[in-house]
Amino acid sequence: MTDALSILNGVSPAWFLILAGLLAWASPRSELRKALMLLGPIGALAAWFATGETGVYGVLDLGPVVLETFRLDNLSRVWALVFILISFINAVYALHERNRMTDGAALIYAGSAVGAVFAGDMLTLFFFWELTALASAPLIFSVGTPEAQRAGLRYLAIQVLSGVMLLGGAAMLASQTGSWAFDAIGTGSAAGIVLLLAFGLKAGFPLLHMWIPDAYPKATGVGSVVLSAFTTKLAIYALARGFAGEEALIVIGLVMAIFPVFYVVTSNDLRQTLAYALINQLGFMVVAVGVGGYLAINGAAANAFVGVIYMALMFMVLGAVLLRTGTVKATELGGLYKSMPITTLFAIIGALSVMGAPLFSGFVAKTLILSATHYEHHDWAYTLLVYASAGVMEISALKVVWFAFFGKDRGLRVKEAPQTMHLGMALAAFLCVFLGVNYPALYGILPYDMDYKPYKLASVYGQSQLLLGTMLVFGLALYFKLFPLKEDRTILDADWLYRRFGDASARWGAAMGQLLFDAIGKVLGAFISFVRLRLFNLFSPAGALSKEFPSGMMALWTAIMLAGVVLVAYFSPV
Amino acid sequence: MTVGQFLPAALAAHAPVLLVAIPLILSAPAAALKSGRAAWAIALAASVAAFLFAIELFLATRGDAPAISYALGNWAPPIGIEFRVDGLNAALLMLLSASAILALLFALPSVEDEIEKDKRALFYSAFLVVLAGLAGVATTGDAFNLFVFLEISSIPTYALIAMGAGHDRRALTSSFNYLVMGTIGATFFVIGVGFLYMSTGTLNMADMAVQLVELRGNRVVEIGFAFILVGLGLKAALFPLHLWLPGAYAYAPSFVTVFLAATATKVAFYAIIRFSFDVFSVGNGFVLNSFTYVITPLAIAGMIIASAQALFQSDVRRLLAYSSVAQVGYMMLGLGIGTQAGVSAGVLHLINHAMIKGALFMALGAFAISYGVRRIENFKGLGQALPVSSAAFTVGALSLIGVPFTVGFVSKFYLIQAALQKGWAFAVVAILISSVLAVFYCYRVLVNLWVAPRPDGASRPVQRVPYMILAPLLVLALMNLVFGVNAEPIVNMAETAAAAAFNAGVAP
Repeated sequence: MTDALSILNGVSPAWFLILAGLLAWASPRSELRKALMLLGPIGALAAWFATGETGVYGVLDLGPVVLETFRLDNLSRVWALVFILISFINAVYALHERNRMTDGAALIYAGSAVGAVFAGDMLTLFFFWELTALASAPLIFSVGTPEAQRAGLRYLAIQVLSGVMLLGGAAMLASQTGSWAFDAIGTGSAAGIVLLLAFGLKAGFPLLHMWIPDAYPKATGVGSVVLSAFTTKLAIYALARGFAGEEALIVIGLVMAIFPVFYVVTSNDLRQTLAYALINQLGFMVVAVGVGGYLAINGAAANAFVGVIYMALMFMVLGAVLLRTGTVKATELGGLYKSMPITTLFAIIGALSVMGAPLFSGFVAKTLILSATHYEHHDWAYTLLVYASAGVMEISALKVVWFAFFGKDRGLRVKEAPQTMHLGMALAAFLCVFLGVNYPALYGILPYDMDYKPYKLASVYGQSQLLLGTMLVFGLALYFKLFPLKEDRTILDADWLYRRFGDASARWGAAMGQLLFDAIGKVLGAFISFVRLRLFNLFSPAGALSKEFPSGMMALWTAIMLAGVVLVAYFSPV
Repeated sequence: MTVGQFLPAALAAHAPVLLVAIPLILSAPAAALKSGRAAWAIALAASVAAFLFAIELFLATRGDAPAISYALGNWAPPIGIEFRVDGLNAALLMLLSASAILALLFALPSVEDEIEKDKRALFYSAFLVVLAGLAGVATTGDAFNLFVFLEISSIPTYALIAMGAGHDRRALTSSFNYLVMGTIGATFFVIGVGFLYMSTGTLNMADMAVQLVELRGNRVVEIGFAFILVGLGLKAALFPLHLWLPGAYAYAPSFVTVFLAATATKVAFYAIIRFSFDVFSVGNGFVLNSFTYVITPLAIAGMIIASAQALFQSDVRRLLAYSSVAQVGYMMLGLGIGTQAGVSAGVLHLINHAMIKGALFMALGAFAISYGVRRIENFKGLGQALPVSSAAFTVGALSLIGVPFTVGFVSKFYLIQAALQKGWAFAVVAILISSVLAVFYCYRVLVNLWVAPRPDGASRPVQRVPYMILAPLLVLALMNLVFGVNAEPIVNMAETAAAAAFNAGVAP
């Protein structure tokens, strides 16, 4: 560590990113914004390196509560590092884009994710948690289509809800323990359950996951890269911090790892395919958090680290395809390797990482989790994860590469992606290979020291077998035209719960209420006109109680209520 | 009588009566003037004076200070008319006069836009009479006098609502409906007072309370209570006696809606609390049972059904009017819970709702002036055209939903706590359902405001929103946020008020 860096000792890297983002929003010139997008992460990285000692910095004493804005320890530094790295890679990748809104938003989003990771107390966490929600929404809104507007609103609602639940849970916890500290929480109390749900909303727990495949495919090309990186991984960090070793998470994680298989096979939008693959990977990490223990937490951290990079690479590839062809639909793409050969190469590297091929980063991270489940004797979890990785990760990666770049040539002859995009993808691809080959570099930054060798004959052999087997199945499915991917279908996922069912039931309830009200009005009205015809015809020729004028109705209600009160009063004890 | 807190003692000694008398007396010169602006200045001066007296009274009744009793014309109560101010109505008077000032600031540009020139002076004069009447209801300690003030406030209100006819002829039928129904309500009330007079021989409320202790189990008293509760319930727009409200709020001039939404139903709500707790007593079985079996179900029905009706409105003012009915439901639920915590939550929501609806209706007034729109579908893209007013509207809407860090959250939080203390889980469920419905109907407006793109071509040129509107609007929006974060002042106010309501009564 040089002396020059020591000024930055104890300064949270988050501020660099957020400050750069605010300046980027304020600056009208695109060149200036791009410089800020590159400098922000570099400054943050410098701050990350400068603060070598673990400890709590940036403490704000506000009387009743003490805010710890920069808690550097072995767990938080891993996540912060990858968040900073990816925001730099994204800055390079997005150099060609001129969009004031998303430039600033991406930086603030990254900064708030870093800030949330470094939060030492619940209130700071809540602040940054909500900031990630608010800063990321422009990435979807700026697409500008009505569909994206609606998806963005749904996304924002879910994210803000998660923050509100976080605050509620934290307040409940604080009222029990008297402390706002963010440490191990556990599910023993109601507060713990609320917090677990708050984290789970962002982590994409089953049934709470629908915003991921809903929003990610609708973001801008660059936007989906950033979106895929921060929110969900932040939630994994929060889970690892608060709920490590919570057995229920193993089951939840397994469900997350397995159910996307149906959607991965059938979805036509390739970015949606990736979104489901992302849920599957999050499932791996949730299982690891649930297993707990040093090896498993290391596995979760390693997976988050490399997962951010290779998923970003895949989304970058699709972003480039979207930029050049205007679509990422499997049924509209094919044969792009001829016109976009370099992008194809990066896609293959990314896919191999996603699939966990030996010598790529996915392998060294995934085997950690598999070994952890094995050592801790969660054998059924181990088995299911192996199948899930074959079914989801590999199919999704193969599918993206095959349908976009190979497969049926649809005669798309487009320009290769811009150089800056290539550079961004190259950085990510380099990291994918580098961390896969030079795995001690990855293991060295993990939270706990360990002596683990990923390249053992059995695991390399087993993983390769699995890979080849899946490729064979994929090839056969293609050959026999078994891939159910012919029409542009809408996938009805659990989101009908809130999009269809929730909305519909509210409308239905309201309509029924109205009907009931009208019906009561009609019945009473009929009764009144009956009485009026018989008795009051002489006295009220003007029809004061007729249905058109609410005063008549109202007088009746007055009488009914009077009768009600009198009856209640009559039967009341003295 | 406590010595003056900051006004000269000679004025402070007569604060209760001056608060009512100044607007009432000044309404005459206001009516005689030709110039609308001069009348406006008089109205503003009267409101500021009322506000100063309200602060004086509020400070004098804080803590354990005894209620201020003021004998009108030195005729000692119970024979003479008594004005009686304690923590409960002092808070209401503050709310009333502060709303009057904010609304009047808003009124100058809004009234010039909506009311014909030669009617403006009369308009302000009528407003002063309403203010005097409402203040009178809030201060008087005499049951019959309360009826008189209720009518004093109501009759010019009908006229004010009818003045919306320049914009929309439906204001006339709405005003007529309100007249008919309001008269029914007032009649019920005075019948109830008549029953009580018959059985106790007094009209002074404090004296009545003492006499009523002797009359336990008297059926006449119970009938009197029933008439009073229903009559005031109508004035407070308790569901299903709310039918006058949507039309009145939707078609009245913007200024009238702002002021009425913030104050009119609140004063009736206050009168219900006053009668139920201080004249009668919750210790009486029939009062508590009426709360539990009549008020509470109606409050909950109102919260849910009126919210659902709000969902289907296409006119934003009608939407907010139905939402007001639902919000009255919240206050009534607090009352129906019948504990001190419940009443405190009800009063808290009374104060907060004045801020929320004040901000919302004022923002609508701003839209109407600078853009001329009232229907939801015309709100498209308004967020870009009028960002400040739209932001204020959004704050109000979020507060209406009950998002944390707004006052709406604070009052719902206390209401839920009060319900839980009583063990009424169903009430909590109802509050949550109603809040979800509020999310839906606010969402409809906000989406059009911010997200939907502005239609091309069809849009009218947008005028700048006058500062006279922006200033009170921003004050109200900020109050929503400031008191949402630092709720202590208003919570204290509500708790003092509830304590006053509970302690002023005579233990049976």
